[in-house]
Amino acid sequence: MTGLRYVYAVCRPFGTPLQAQLTGVGGDPPRLVPHHDLVAVVSHVPEADFAEGPLRAHLEDLDWLTAVARAHQGVIDALTTVTTPLPLRLGTVFRDDSGVRSMIEAREESFLRTLDRLEGRVEWGVKVYLEAERAPEAAAAPAPKPASGRDYLRQRRMRTKSQDDLWQRAETFATRLHETLCESAEDSRLHAPQNPTLSGASGRNVLNAAYLVPRAESEEFVERVDRTKDGVPGIRVELTGPWAAYSFAGEETGEKEGQ
Amino acid sequence: MTVVERREIALVDLLDRLLAGGVVITGDITLRIADVDLVRIDLNALISSVNAQVPSPFEGSL
Repeated sequence: MTGLRYVYAVCRPFGTPLQAQLTGVGGDPPRLVPHHDLVAVVSHVPEADFAEGPLRAHLEDLDWLTAVARAHQGVIDALTTVTTPLPLRLGTVFRDDSGVRSMIEAREESFLRTLDRLEGRVEWGVKVYLEAERAPEAAAAPAPKPASGRDYLRQRRMRTKSQDDLWQRAETFATRLHETLCESAEDSRLHAPQNPTLSGASGRNVLNAAYLVPRAESEEFVERVDRTKDGVPGIRVELTGPWAAYSFAGEETGEKEGQ
Repeated sequence: MTVVERREIALVDLLDRLLAGGVVITGDITLRIADVDLVRIDLNALISSVNAQVPSPFEGSL
């Protein structure tokens, strides 16, 4: 009885040891649970925090969630330096090692298939923002005071129209960028646009996409994104990565991808 | 490859991946959290933490 098993990822066996000082969720060093041709990477976590009830409660606690998310990412990051990990969703917990092994046993084929698909690939995140209303015309020349109701309505229509135009332009830009990047990527996923309150980013997030790119072609992909960056005023492009292929870890067959 | 500076990863970007990505294990395991729940929880947690600048009344107790 040494706690529950928090599973980060499933990988093919790898020869290189993980950094000795690496700690995972709850400060526990990641350990390997091998089964057949696969290895699960797990930490021992206390039942008091990770049994279903406490886990649900903890997930409502942002500081706790942040700590677990960062620890999870830290382990995945370390794994990417020695192998191609197949990350599991945050909060995947088993009773004991034998539970982990049965899970691998049951999903062995699909794990191997997905690992083949992801081998040597990384994920890049690309976000497009429409900058917060800058309305340069309005700033340069304040609209004359409307002389009449009709004037007022006309001015208002113009303002709405310029806002719509900007929005339209951002949409077109994002669609075109997505198409271009899809050509250089093996796969893509669209995440829900991020809420500015949560991200703290300025502007409105119109594209939040992930692209699966062979590691060897990443430089080219990044350059391709960079080239679009300064193109259009009022639109900002942000790149994140390289990530482990989190967004592509789901199985392709069967049900539709999330989102 | 020096193109990308490694700034600290934004929590939202991380949660996009950890709560909406990754392999979802369902089946005969001891514990599982429905993905829908996780995403909802994530947003609730974040929104309340952003909005509530005051400490939670439950702080310190359970």
